[in-house]
Formats: sequence, structure tokens, C-alpha cells
Amino acid sequence: MTERLLTVDSLKVSFDTRAGENQAVRGVSFHIDEGETLGIVGESGSGKSVTAKALLGLISPPGKVIGGEILYHGESLTGLSEKQWRSIRGNRIAMVFQDPMTALNPVKKIGAQMTEVIARHRGLKKAEALKEAIRMLSEVGINEPERRVEQYPHEFSGGMRQRVMIAMALSCQPELLLADEPTTAIDVTIQAQILDLLKELKDKSRMSVVLITHDLGVVAQVCTRVIVMYGGMVMEEGLVDDIFFRPGHPYTQGLLRSLPKRDGGSRERLVPIEGSPPDLINPPPGCPFIERCPHAFGKCVERPPLFELGNGQRAMCWLLDKEAKTGE
Amino acid sequence: MSNTESNILVDVRNLKKYFTKGKNVWGRSTQVLKAVDGVSFQIRQGETFGLVGESGSGKSTIGRCLIRLYDYTDGEVYFDGHDLSKLNEKQLKPFRSRIQTIFQDPYSSLNPGMNVLELISEPMNIHGVYKGDERIDAVAALLDRVGLKRDHLYRYPHEFSGGQRQRISIARALSVNPEFVVCDEPISALDVSVQAQVVNMLEDLQKEFGLTYLFIAHDLSMVRHISDRIGVMYGGRLVEVADSDELYENPLHPYTRALLSAIPVPDPRAISRRVPLEKAPAFNAAEYDKGAGDSGLYEVSPGHFVAKY
Repeated sequence: MTERLLTVDSLKVSFDTRAGENQAVRGVSFHIDEGETLGIVGESGSGKSVTAKALLGLISPPGKVIGGEILYHGESLTGLSEKQWRSIRGNRIAMVFQDPMTALNPVKKIGAQMTEVIARHRGLKKAEALKEAIRMLSEVGINEPERRVEQYPHEFSGGMRQRVMIAMALSCQPELLLADEPTTAIDVTIQAQILDLLKELKDKSRMSVVLITHDLGVVAQVCTRVIVMYGGMVMEEGLVDDIFFRPGHPYTQGLLRSLPKRDGGSRERLVPIEGSPPDLINPPPGCPFIERCPHAFGKCVERPPLFELGNGQRAMCWLLDKEAKTGE
Repeated sequence: MSNTESNILVDVRNLKKYFTKGKNVWGRSTQVLKAVDGVSFQIRQGETFGLVGESGSGKSTIGRCLIRLYDYTDGEVYFDGHDLSKLNEKQLKPFRSRIQTIFQDPYSSLNPGMNVLELISEPMNIHGVYKGDERIDAVAALLDRVGLKRDHLYRYPHEFSGGQRQRISIARALSVNPEFVVCDEPISALDVSVQAQVVNMLEDLQKEFGLTYLFIAHDLSMVRHISDRIGVMYGGRLVEVADSDELYENPLHPYTRALLSAIPVPDPRAISRRVPLEKAPAFNAAEYDKGAGDSGLYEVSPGHFVAKY
């Protein structure tokens, strides 16, 4: 039996804006098991990145966690002081961001940036930390690491910078790695290399990975379990095969159907999801997908619970309720 | 490539665009970036020609050369038989309405201080079409055509979502009845659930107005869907050109193979058969230049061209 690493329960995060309260995350619950790769899929504004930031205690004003609980090894992370957060962030939960150029200090050598992190988190002496940095760089497939540590970020290509970010994140041997769109800014041939690297590194350790992305292809290739977010809520969760072959929620079904066919009928007309994502300042009270859903009916103005579909698959849709009366 | 097709609308011949990165004290270029380095291809009337490649491959530079946003270093671009490279700005003006562009980012390509009516009628002013009362009706008809409403006429860009803004950009491009539209990454800034809407609309408009598209993108699965033929760019050159299904089913150039096999397939059971791009295949410039055709590409089967590798 695998151990539960992290549990998120009814997490709510809002941002105060001039136009009103933007309810970015509206009651999100999920869990991460030890050693699994969980994909969080969603489009911009679905709340996927904000959820990840909350897991690291990185929500800062105008944003605020207004409800819910995050349990890490069964202990609550909500209400930790900044000092306590620092002992978790980087050490036990590490993060890789979308754009490695803005996450690295442009005027500091790669080696110096890495040793700083390693020395702080693992209490190593500078020389040992540098050795460790070099070892990590070669681990993520960077050639001649002894020479590369003396270089600045601009001397690395985009893919190489992302490898440096991964090496930095892994240098503290975290239990959980959060990767927020790690390959979105990168060319597809390099993306494939980075994804392979993530898979390979994960296989070597018991580390859990959360991969946040809008790309269903990336999810299919890398993840074991998926949660699908929309309008600040989890619409569906399940094993990757179930999500792709037996999607239970109309939104998941719509997303998969809107992709171009891969073989033969590649010129067939696409089936889009009509309309646009909801405004989270005045979100619909019930299902966030109600305005775009082809199956919406009376009951959908109430927020549906997650209905069990078996095999750990759950979807938030009234269509799955045997008692709700579906459309007249 | 064969010139026998009678209905060629755009003919690019040995196009080169070099950027100067540095100059020495005598004003001579010290560093030259060869963004596009001798590219030839043709686009037929009414088809969609896809141009794919990774960042820095020169695909967007080609798009910008075609609309003469850049003056090119060498080569010719013929549009409907006219050599655009020889024309001055005044002579170009009629072509500027026949060739329009849709850019990637609908957030930065629309002037935030203009309302929808002003945005869409700006090109009409420049080219002197639809004057007076006709104007509003023409703009409203265009809005309707791209799935927006007459009520939107006096709204400003910030009031619209990304997908709606891209619709405004499309209406603006169509406002002067173009024949050829350069679409530079028109859907990559849009949400996944909205991309299919915009692609379907581009296809409908193509049928209705008989448009010809150059579709520049890095999303390889969408390019296959929308394009009749596709050209693959690598390091400023075209390495392969073929009908889209042929290209995806039978890629020949090592770079094309590496690129296509790297697409993450949205199917968890798909077995990845990735062809690694071990090292960048070096161009043999001499071979490239004395290739079978003037494009430097060899025709290996009807309509399938590949660079020597």
C-alpha cells in the first residue's frame, strides 16, 4: 500500500482585485501518493497554478488562502509561519517553474546559485556543496558540469536552463516536486528530452511529481493519475487511462474531442467547446461549466458533488447522479 | 519544385534574410544572423500552406518577409505574378490590402485605445473601402461572420477574452477583402478549449471567401489538421515539403522525423517511438545549393520534396 504524501481538502484561494474578489480556487480537494506522478490539467484561469503555489505557501497579497486544509504526512500546513514554511519549501517540496530565465539570477554563475541553495538546505560546506552541484548537473544530463558551473544563465539554452532548474530542485532530495508548465516555453524536441529526464529521475527515487500543464499530450505521456480543473474547481480525477478512454465529465469529454484526430481523418472538422471560460469574479454558483455544457439541465445551478465512477475515478457532474432527473 | 501548376498565388524564390548583430567601427557587419537562408516554395490559390519549425528556425521571419514587414537580403517573392521585392511603398499599397496578417498575441496586436468599430475600420480607411453609412453595416456584417455581435461595436479590447480578441483580429484582417492571409501562430496564445473554435472559423472563412493561408505554427498536430501542404524549417532552410498526411506518415529528413516523433501524443497507450535528434544534421551548403530544383530540394515522390542529408 502506498503512503499518502499530501492531502488537499476544500482549498479556497481568492485574490482581491479592483473589480472585486477573484475566486481563483473554489474548494479543491485531491491527494498525492508517494511515488506517483499526478497531472493537473486545466486552461488559463482554471486555478491550477494557484493551487500549486498554495502547496508551497507562496500565496501572497492580494491573494489569500481563505479556507481549506493542506495535510502533509498527515500534518496541517495551513497557518505555518514563514520560517516553518522555509524548512519545507525546497527541502521537502520543491518547484520548477515555466520560465527558467526569470527564475535564475542572471548576474550570478550557475555554480554559485546552486551551491547557495545546497549549502542552505543541506548544511554542507561550500566546497562540498559545489561538488554536489556538479554531480546534480551531470545527473540531469549536462555535459562538462565542471566547466558549466562557471557560466552564467545566458550562456545556457532554454532546455539547458530548465535542466539546471530541475537539478537545483532535486539537489535537496525533495519528496515532492511541483513542475508548473515546465516545458511550455521550450521547443518540442527539447520538451521530449526534459519529460524523459523527469520520468527517469522519478524512477530512480521515491519522489512524487505533480505536473501542471494544459497539454493533454504531455499528461498522457508522463502521468499516472490526472485531475482536471476548470473554473477553480476539480471537475474530474482518475487514472490516466480512465480519463482518456472513459472520461466522465462533459468538460473532459469536450477537451478530448476538440483535439485534432491524429491519423486518417486528420482533416475532419474539429468539434470545439463553444463559449468561453467563466468569469471568476462572478462565477456561476453551480457547475462552472454550465454555460458551455451541451447536457446542462435544471439541477446544474447547484454545485454537484464528486460522483464515484470506480477505480478511483470521480467526476463533478449531476449527469452521474442516478437520482437527479436529467433533461426534459 | 514544379512550376507547372497554373494557379500559384505566392512564389518564394531563394529568399534570404540576414540580420546584423554587430558592427565594427567602419560600419561593417561583424556578426550576421542568417535567419532565412535561401528558401523557395510556392503556395497555390485557395490552399493552406503550413510552416513548422522550432524557435529560431526562421518561420516567422518568412511570414514577415512575405508581407514586406522586412526588406529581405536576397531573393524574390512573387504574388500573383508580381515581384514584390522590386516595388516601392506606393506601388506596394494595393498588395497590402490583398495580403493581410493575423498575429499570435491578440493582447498586444490590438490598440487598447480603439473600440472595435475603429479597429476594424482602420484598414478600410487606409485602403478606402466602404465609405460613409456603408461602413458600420460592413463592420457589423464582419463581426457577425466571426461570431461576435453588433452590440460589440463600441467596446474596447480589454472587455474581450483572448478568443474574442483573436476574432476581432480576424475581422480586421478580412475588412479589406484580402486574398492571402499570413497567420503567424494564430492560436498558440488561446486556451485549448477555444483553439478549435478559431480553427474551424478560419476554415469556414477560407471556403466562403476563397482565401489562401500561410499558417505558421509550432503546434504540430493542429498544423496537420489545417494544412494541405507543409514545409518544415530548420536553421533558416526548408528541409522538407509534402502534402500534410504524407509528411506525417512518411517523414524523410532526419530533422522532420525527430520533430514529429517528439510530439506528445494525447493517448496514454501510445508507444513512444521517438527518433532522437542526436546531433544537428549539418547542412552541406554545396549539396543544398546544387539540389535537383532551384529550391535545393529533391523530389522523391510526386509532391514530396526533401533536402539532401
